[in-house]
Amino acid sequence: MNCRSEVLEVSVEGRQVEEAMLAVLHTVLLHRSTGKFHYKKEGTYSIGTVGTQDIDCDFIDFTYVRVSSEELDRALRKVVGEFRDALRNSGGDGLGQMSLEFYQKKKSRWPFSDECIPWEVWTVKVHVVALATEQERQICREKVGEKLCEKIINIVEVMNRHEYLPKMPTQSEVDNVFDTGLRDVQPYLYKISFQITDALGSSVTTTMRRLIKDTLAL
Amino acid sequence: METDLNSQDRKDLDKFIKFFALKTVQVIVQARLGEKICTRSSSSPTGSDWFNLAIKDIPEVTHEAKKALAGQLPAIGRSMCVEISLKTSEGDSMELEIWCLEMNEKCDKEIKVSYAVYNRLSLLLKSLLAITRVTPAYRLSRKQGHEYVILYRIYFGEVQLNGLGEGFQTVRVGTVGTPVGTITLSCAYRINLAFMSTRHFERTPPIMGIIIDHFVDRPYPSSSPMHPCNYRTAGEDTGVTYPSVEDSQEVCTTSFSTSPPSQCVFTVTKAHFQTPTPVVTDTLRVPMAGLAFSHQLSSSRLSCQPAALGVGSADLACPAVFAAGLNTTHPYQLMVPGKEGGVPLAPNQPAHGAQAGDQERLATYTPSDGAHCAATPSSSEDTEAVSNSSEGRASPHDVLETIFVRKVGAFVNKPINQVTLTSLDIPFAMFAPKNLELEDVDPMGSLHSDGSSGGSSGNTQDDFVMIDFKPAFSKDDILPMDLGTFYREFQNPPQLSSLSIDIGAQSMAEDLDSLPEKLAVHEKNVREFDAFVETLQ
Repeated sequence: MNCRSEVLEVSVEGRQVEEAMLAVLHTVLLHRSTGKFHYKKEGTYSIGTVGTQDIDCDFIDFTYVRVSSEELDRALRKVVGEFRDALRNSGGDGLGQMSLEFYQKKKSRWPFSDECIPWEVWTVKVHVVALATEQERQICREKVGEKLCEKIINIVEVMNRHEYLPKMPTQSEVDNVFDTGLRDVQPYLYKISFQITDALGSSVTTTMRRLIKDTLAL
Repeated sequence: METDLNSQDRKDLDKFIKFFALKTVQVIVQARLGEKICTRSSSSPTGSDWFNLAIKDIPEVTHEAKKALAGQLPAIGRSMCVEISLKTSEGDSMELEIWCLEMNEKCDKEIKVSYAVYNRLSLLLKSLLAITRVTPAYRLSRKQGHEYVILYRIYFGEVQLNGLGEGFQTVRVGTVGTPVGTITLSCAYRINLAFMSTRHFERTPPIMGIIIDHFVDRPYPSSSPMHPCNYRTAGEDTGVTYPSVEDSQEVCTTSFSTSPPSQCVFTVTKAHFQTPTPVVTDTLRVPMAGLAFSHQLSSSRLSCQPAALGVGSADLACPAVFAAGLNTTHPYQLMVPGKEGGVPLAPNQPAHGAQAGDQERLATYTPSDGAHCAATPSSSEDTEAVSNSSEGRASPHDVLETIFVRKVGAFVNKPINQVTLTSLDIPFAMFAPKNLELEDVDPMGSLHSDGSSGGSSGNTQDDFVMIDFKPAFSKDDILPMDLGTFYREFQNPPQLSSLSIDIGAQSMAEDLDSLPEKLAVHEKNVREFDAFVETLQ
């Protein structure tokens, strides 16, 4: 099975990074989340209800819809915050990217660990621009809002191609397909990572795990 | 084509399409209410949330949608359309978008109705939720209030795109293949908002003085985009060609089977909850005798009515969103707080002169509390209250007066753009020159910015020419520069040179290199610096 890959690019001001990334990631996860599964006997299951919420951006003229789940929002904000801080501290040209990867787990026999097989990857490339005047910032608010509208339309277009989605799993397999750790919704298994591009243009791979290791080593 | 589909699947499919159409209308209309929408997730299925999505049902909207569908379903050549338009307080209107739910001939016979079609329709609704926030009409609808309102109209039949102006754009929300055809959901939206841009609404000063007859009887313009919501093409028979779907109050209790995973067992149970729809209908018919019933509802101003929402659903939306609708003097005032100057409601007596022309207004139902209560699930006693109120002649009059009082208040209050002006990040924003296109410039109180065109963005001063600016408490004879001149000169200080330097052009190394020279210069002048320091001591 081939992994589907989609790439989006945005140019934003430093203070807009967080909201732009959240808007894109939440829109993708809205489409890739279901209600909680409740398995019954005889191999049937029912699905909970997914609520939605409008979020107004403070630094962009834009509103996006996300799944009503505080846990999911917290998880995304955490990693987006790390990405924003890494961008700020990199001192480079302000280039970076985040990847949202949906995967399935495949059980392997001991001593091999479970295999994670991605089936869809969304990459958002960010270019941070610096603006000098308030007027430029105001124009940027509107322009970035319009650009994000286009990105949402692109995302929806991809979602509605109805290409490969993992099969609905049995109760024993559900944790190989869905993230069942959240209380109120059930997104497909996903992981988020990011990279910061340094001034020389070469890619310096900075995964989340490595960041934590570096922080602990200090 | 349809013989491959068994009767149960066909029944299920019809039900899915019907409720999908109703939910589509709800999502679109709710997205144009002008408020943020918030619904809660529920880990346990409630049984009343179609497509596993928490989408509230506004009874008025459901009623309109059902009326438009009239028991039929979107089919080939017969689309369900939701038209969103804008109407100014002066009576000008303009179509903004047309949302179309269509069906074409392309069939997908392999797809499983009760599993794949259902899930894909759910996905399509999520896409609709996202797309409704990105079209230009969304931002307009969030700013509706004083100068304009957003209206909706639902019709069934051929799509009419003429009212969108030239160069309209189309966005496809998505498609779902079914064994009887492919469902397509798309939106055509106007991009030529030139004569009615958002800035126009923000800069235009409130119309003062034209209050009581503001919404006076206007002849219904023939070019108006609003049509009766029961518009049908000529020669169309009701429910003859296509089997009508039973309009039962069924809930969706979906059970999916995992053995094997691709199969699905779909059960639908009838819920014994009361729907407010029939009650509302009764309410509507009572007061609206003589008026074009469909006109009233089709041009309904949007609102959210908390008591009427969430039929059968225990967990309602975030209270903050819907409680806003209660913050009015009138329960059916279809305004949200902060947007005063609401659309006046049609009176009970159709012969009332001042209001007779408001056929396009949302009238809604009886403008009394009885009607509002009637929208809640507890219907029986409320029906009585409704009929009582319709007989009572006092209440509509009172309501009418109330409306007019609110109208006065609406335009006397601080307009939105004045608030915008003061919140701009400009020094002495309150004293910024106002739009002197207004004839009545108060020579004494030019500090009193009476809601003139503050505009929405930063540099308002560039747009206006100041003729006379006399700040209070300023005297011309003492200082060579008066206070007004001082304000003018220092309101827009030039940008600091250090900020305008291109950072890329001057690297750290160059800065360091120039330091010795600067130090040498300062050392030469050390005596001057010392003398200066001594004067300070």
